Amino acid sequence: MKLPALQQNCNNRRSNSFRATGPLDSSADGAFKSPAALFWLVLHGLCCLISLVLGFRFSRLIFFLLFSTTTTTTNLYTAAPILRTTADIAETLTFQTPPSSPSPLNLDTQSNQTSLSNSSSHVVVGRHGIRIRPWPHPNPSEVMTAHRIIERVQKEQRLQYGIKNRKTLIVITPTYVRTFQTLHLTGLIHSLMLVPYDLVWIVVEAGGTSNETADLLAKSGLRTIHIGFDNRMPIAWEDRHRMEARMRLHALRIVREQRLDGIVMFADDSNMHSMELFDEIQSVKWIGAVSIGILAHSGNSDESSLLSQKVEDEENLPVPIQGPACNSSGQLVGWHTFNSLPYVGKSATNIGDRATVLPRKLEWAGFVLNSKLIWKEAEDKPEWVQDLDTLAGDGDELESPLAFLKDTSFVEPLGSCGRKVMLWWLRVEARADSKFPLGWIIDPPLEITVPAKRTPWPDAPPELPSNEKTNDIQEHTEQRRAKTRVSRSRHGSRSKRKHESKIADSQLSGRHTEEK
Amino acid sequence: MKISVWVFVVHLVSGFALRIIAAELEQGQHTERISGSAGDVLEDDPVGRLKVFVYELPSKYNKKILQRDPRCLTHMFAAEIFMHRFLLSSPVRTLNPEEADWFYTPVYTTCDLTPNGLPLPFKSPRMMRSAIKLISSNWPYWNRTEGADHFFVVPHDFGACFHYLEEKAIERGILPLLQRATLVQTFGQRNHVCLNEGSITIPPYAPPQKMQAHLIPPETPRSIFVYFRGLFYDVGNDPEGGYYARGARAAVWENFKDNPLFDISTEHPTTYYEDMQRAVFCLCPLGWAPWSPRLVEGVIFGCIPVIIADDIVLPFADAIPWEEIGVFVAEKDVPNLDTILTSIPPEVILRKQRLLANPSMKQAMLFPQPAQPGDAFHQILNGLARKLPHDNSIYLKPGEKLLNWTAGPVGDLKLW
Repeated sequence: MKLPALQQNCNNRRSNSFRATGPLDSSADGAFKSPAALFWLVLHGLCCLISLVLGFRFSRLIFFLLFSTTTTTTNLYTAAPILRTTADIAETLTFQTPPSSPSPLNLDTQSNQTSLSNSSSHVVVGRHGIRIRPWPHPNPSEVMTAHRIIERVQKEQRLQYGIKNRKTLIVITPTYVRTFQTLHLTGLIHSLMLVPYDLVWIVVEAGGTSNETADLLAKSGLRTIHIGFDNRMPIAWEDRHRMEARMRLHALRIVREQRLDGIVMFADDSNMHSMELFDEIQSVKWIGAVSIGILAHSGNSDESSLLSQKVEDEENLPVPIQGPACNSSGQLVGWHTFNSLPYVGKSATNIGDRATVLPRKLEWAGFVLNSKLIWKEAEDKPEWVQDLDTLAGDGDELESPLAFLKDTSFVEPLGSCGRKVMLWWLRVEARADSKFPLGWIIDPPLEITVPAKRTPWPDAPPELPSNEKTNDIQEHTEQRRAKTRVSRSRHGSRSKRKHESKIADSQLSGRHTEEK
Repeated sequence: MKISVWVFVVHLVSGFALRIIAAELEQGQHTERISGSAGDVLEDDPVGRLKVFVYELPSKYNKKILQRDPRCLTHMFAAEIFMHRFLLSSPVRTLNPEEADWFYTPVYTTCDLTPNGLPLPFKSPRMMRSAIKLISSNWPYWNRTEGADHFFVVPHDFGACFHYLEEKAIERGILPLLQRATLVQTFGQRNHVCLNEGSITIPPYAPPQKMQAHLIPPETPRSIFVYFRGLFYDVGNDPEGGYYARGARAAVWENFKDNPLFDISTEHPTTYYEDMQRAVFCLCPLGWAPWSPRLVEGVIFGCIPVIIADDIVLPFADAIPWEEIGVFVAEKDVPNLDTILTSIPPEVILRKQRLLANPSMKQAMLFPQPAQPGDAFHQILNGLARKLPHDNSIYLKPGEKLLNWTAGPVGDLKLW
């Protein structure tokens, strides 16, 4: 039978490379001896020659389809009858040359007519065409739809596997207008804008509410409560820390009065918060503590301090962490506080000093409270918490939220028991008297012009003997030329134009001397 | 008296209300019940519904073969070995063949491996024939029905056709001696010679521990739209393309290789399982055979399978409503795959994900050791139980012979 012989040759090729060993079917043995096989061998050689000439693989199947009169006996392996031409077969496809290999004539051996028996499927074994559409590139509107689908899927994932009861966050920030305020507050605004939960932001401003702060808050689009605190921010760090504590208490009174419900966290404007922090504090029940990384940097860039720093680095551990300390079974046993001994005498006293700024023993930022602890009356308010009013009068301040508790063992350590640091404490400030443009808009233009150190103009113009009259006319033309030359020398490479600029310099300086 | 009546009425009403509320609540949960054409049968317990007798064959049919090559325990055809082990210790096993509903013959036909690990099917017909000769001569139960109440596990590429090439498999057809038996196989394609009416399709074996070890937190957002890793052209055996996968895989590559939504490539990364869990759709196109372990992996990892294989019959098709869970794309529609997938409404996609999240769905695709309720072993037994009771016509009259013991290629008749 021609058909099995042909198949054998095909399959021999495939199976030889596919399976290493294995006796093939017995019918393969007789194939090479019959004259039919010899004919096919000759035909194969002929096709190879034709392929070499034409430049693509001329499949023997074309010959098979053109000249073969056999149809198979099995139901599904249907061969095209002789009358079908190659054109007929090829028209049903839209194909395109794959760039890597030369284009073969891919045949589609589908035939709907030869359905021999009762239930033949249209799935045919054999060589099929590779269907490629005319413009196989992404459609932008479909890409957009796909992205919307992905967003919807992710939203559903968040609903199902994310936090179950999403509580509102009440963020309390003390701030005041100063040079670095825009820097710090912008960072904090961007962090809060990314938080996926409902947010109420209570901003307490020392020295009363100001337009600068209000402008910044308005741009954020967050729900803010901007309140002023009458005293101005003091210059010394100690006093500033105490004032900030009072400002936070003031904000807590707002929470109490308005009975805001949610989780209270203290975000200082110069701190850095990671997004996992906001997810983690959702799990607090009453009062929780997180670990803070203290970035107490020294503002010095002098070389003398570098040496002393090196000595310190050898003694010091990595960045100090403030937060809850747990025993091996995950229970709170104590606190890691900031050790200020190495910095005795070297810390900054006033804001803007070029020395290390130290935090308190336990910073407020490391604690989160359930707002019900602050309320006057709440349903399941635990007994181990003291009332806000009884604790602090109007002028008093509290060291840290731990003062609220009669018993500090009820604090919940968050962030895998304080092992994960999701919050960093940093204080970077300019001097208290430093000036900065209001709203960071330069209007009117700056009046003070400071001489730049590296411009083409020399500091002291050299003297140039020249004729006054001719120079007047020359001056104007030279002025214009000199200006363009100088401007070009600024943009172009200095080495090339040095010669020209030097000429311009001398010319200009000539002008200066004339003007003088 | 009146009060008690009122109390009764109130209880009745509240009962109804609670049931309605529970049904509504289930819509908002992240799984959904699965019920196929046979009903809500995934969680049925086969124990007590059928009895299986396991023939004791000499170890040259099973244990010795396994000893020669222990790779048979981890490749995708390992279901035959694990089914045997499961049945030996299962409560459905009976030692009394008179009360058995089904008879199982443990012969490992897919364990003759090449150095690369691929099974050679050339001796399998002879092995099976020899096993059947043995059981027909030592026990009377084969001749009673000529195998109609026997079942065999044949997980090879084309089932009991015992060949890896489709044309040759079709030519051979199902082994004549197995024509009346129930075949438990991974291959399934409608109107195909190698799928008998009444066969049970099972998923290919995928190692459960390996997959569990690569699970990532379910809240990791799914950011890949379509994912596929595998060959598009089988350069060794079909260099031009067109034979392998009927050209469908090559069409996927040529149409979507520069589409940012399609993360498709031939490289097999170490994070393959993790990537599947970050994808919304996973392509499961046919290869040399229409079935693939990708379906199992997609179901376990919650990635909606996109099945590109015309007329394929998926595992446990009567228990699992695959049309509602996966997306079926005809091979001729592959160039429009992106349009098809993006035009599926998001609610439908979310529903498919809910169905996939159903733990009984995942369990039904696995072959865990030791067996757990609802796993693939139990689904096979459920499938066998659903075919009971046997019709009386399967019992032959004495002296009646329906099978032709000399049919088939000459090579099959040699002794094994």
